[in-house]
Amino acid sequence: MSGDLVYGTELAITGLLIGVMYSMVALGFVLIFKASAVFNFAQGAMTLFGALTVVGLSPLVGLPLALAAALVAMAVLAVAVERWVLRPLIGRSALTVFMATVGVAYALEGLAQLIWGNQPRGLKLDIPQAPLQLGGVYVSPPDLIGAAIAGVCVMLLVLFFQRTKLGLGLRAMADDPIAAQAMGVRVGRMWAVAWMLAGAVAIVAGVLWGSRIGVHFGMTQITLKALPILIIGGVDSIPGAIVAGLLVGAGEALGEGFLGPFVGGGVQEIVAYLGALLILTFRHQGLLGEKTIDRI
Amino acid sequence: MSEITVPSPPARRTAPAPTRGSVSAAARAFGLAALLLLPLAGDEYWIKSVALPTLIFGLAALGLNLVVGVAGQISMGQAAFMAVGAFIGAIAYGRYGLPLPFAILAAGFASAAIGIVIGLPSRSIRGLYLMVSTLAAQFIVLWLLQRVPWFGAASHGILSIPKLALGPVAFNTPHARYLLTLAVVVPLTLFAANLVRSRIGRAWIGIREREIAAEVLGVPAFRYKLMAFAAAGFYAGVAGALVTFAWTGAATVEEFRLELSVKLLGMIIIGGLGSVLGSYLGAAFIVLVPIAISIALHAAAGLLGWSAVNAGTLANAEHLVFGLLIIAFLIAEPKGLAPLLLRGLDAVRNIIRPSFRRAGAGPQGEKE
Repeated sequence: MSGDLVYGTELAITGLLIGVMYSMVALGFVLIFKASAVFNFAQGAMTLFGALTVVGLSPLVGLPLALAAALVAMAVLAVAVERWVLRPLIGRSALTVFMATVGVAYALEGLAQLIWGNQPRGLKLDIPQAPLQLGGVYVSPPDLIGAAIAGVCVMLLVLFFQRTKLGLGLRAMADDPIAAQAMGVRVGRMWAVAWMLAGAVAIVAGVLWGSRIGVHFGMTQITLKALPILIIGGVDSIPGAIVAGLLVGAGEALGEGFLGPFVGGGVQEIVAYLGALLILTFRHQGLLGEKTIDRI
Repeated sequence: MSEITVPSPPARRTAPAPTRGSVSAAARAFGLAALLLLPLAGDEYWIKSVALPTLIFGLAALGLNLVVGVAGQISMGQAAFMAVGAFIGAIAYGRYGLPLPFAILAAGFASAAIGIVIGLPSRSIRGLYLMVSTLAAQFIVLWLLQRVPWFGAASHGILSIPKLALGPVAFNTPHARYLLTLAVVVPLTLFAANLVRSRIGRAWIGIREREIAAEVLGVPAFRYKLMAFAAAGFYAGVAGALVTFAWTGAATVEEFRLELSVKLLGMIIIGGLGSVLGSYLGAAFIVLVPIAISIALHAAAGLLGWSAVNAGTLANAEHLVFGLLIIAFLIAEPKGLAPLLLRGLDAVRNIIRPSFRRAGAGPQGEKE
């Protein structure tokens, strides 16, 4: 029994730490959704693109410069997407814009791998790999450090949103785009800023994730985990994305550990979606999302 | 969203009908038949890698177009419906020995039933929330197909079928299989074209344009939405069965991953949302793009003296082009290839027989 308990705790902790990564990707979604009410299917592709750029450049120029270069690439991407994808589609249905981001996702995946190749690449961050033992439970240091970095990112984002003028503009846009525009907030610029932030988050998520499992095409699949997480947490809630990411991470690890052997594995593939279906059935604004009332 | 023009019935009956009719319906039917039978003259490669996938994916795209383009809902689970059809068809034909037509019908109805279940959330949620719930269906359905022993997919996710025959007729050449596919696809396509113009189709369009207004006018929106999902499921199921029977010869889970759902959405966007013709044009386009890219890259490699182009590069170039095409069509040609083609045909006709020029009554003439 106590063996099960320790096993369960270890699974839960591993899951929570993976959940941090999910949260990071879901956070990128929320940033863009709040600023422009767009579901950005390309978040996973951005994660791959960012990680590949960092991995590809760091042997040549070192990690810090590679990170900077990736940031610049993301900024360029953000401006390009705003200028050539979002702006021409102003006033079109949400579905149309969503499909356009699907297009962006495909184009970006193709481009990233044309530039950097299809081979999975390892990413070393000089973090000790040997598991730590904390109170009888094993924890892996890269996961802990990843969680810490993710936590810092979230803090920075919160500060940015609450304390800077740009953050204020973004919050105004999220609240009421037309009123914000009337008060002189420049919509296009705000969208570009939101995409840049999402790009920065994608780089962080991609590098952390890549240091665990290597950088490869499978990374884009995180998008598909992040979408249900977004629904579970509430599409417009930053805390929601984080809580839901952690819940799904833990749920996957526990589900796989305890249920997997009975159903032939693969439980982690569907936990997030089962959760999202539950939420959509009973509380479709999400755990922490704001309930919207449709006007007729 | 008012991006799609399905000709409203009264307009059809008045202006363009007489002139259209005079281009002899018989001649047009003959032309179409010739076009459909053309691949039979081609070799095996042509049938297997262009004609068959175009027809089969076109059929699945047509189903998706009913629910997305006509009824204005959203589904990212069309490939999962196809998977259900593929497996039910294979099981009905292989394990229970149903005759081929009944196996195909069983596949369609099984997928339609799943479609109704997947459509249930559309009662209270719409738009992007509905998208995620259909996405959930995509994953959960494939997961179940792989895990439930009854489906016989086992760990490889593959279920093969016995030799294909209907009574004394064996479908053992690509040409025979192409004819089989045509025999299924043509009637279903005609049915869909009529369905869109029927009471049901008009109710769907009403729901797409303004659901609440449609309900006020007495359209039970939820019931019609379920019908749209059922129709989408049916067409996908039949298409999935055709993938198994006429194309690959085995039901595989791998064939029907999310990538295919996204591609089907791409097909109807590129072909034309809400357009029956567009579903096939889009399918043909998406089928031909990789072939064109492959030819172009190989030609470029030959010219520039690169070593052989590897499969990974091809796949990446394909993704890049596919993504850019979707964006380009959404921005520049939101109605897709279908009106473009009709416009082109009209132009050709005007050159050949100027007397047929119609006074601004072409499909692109009606400005919204």
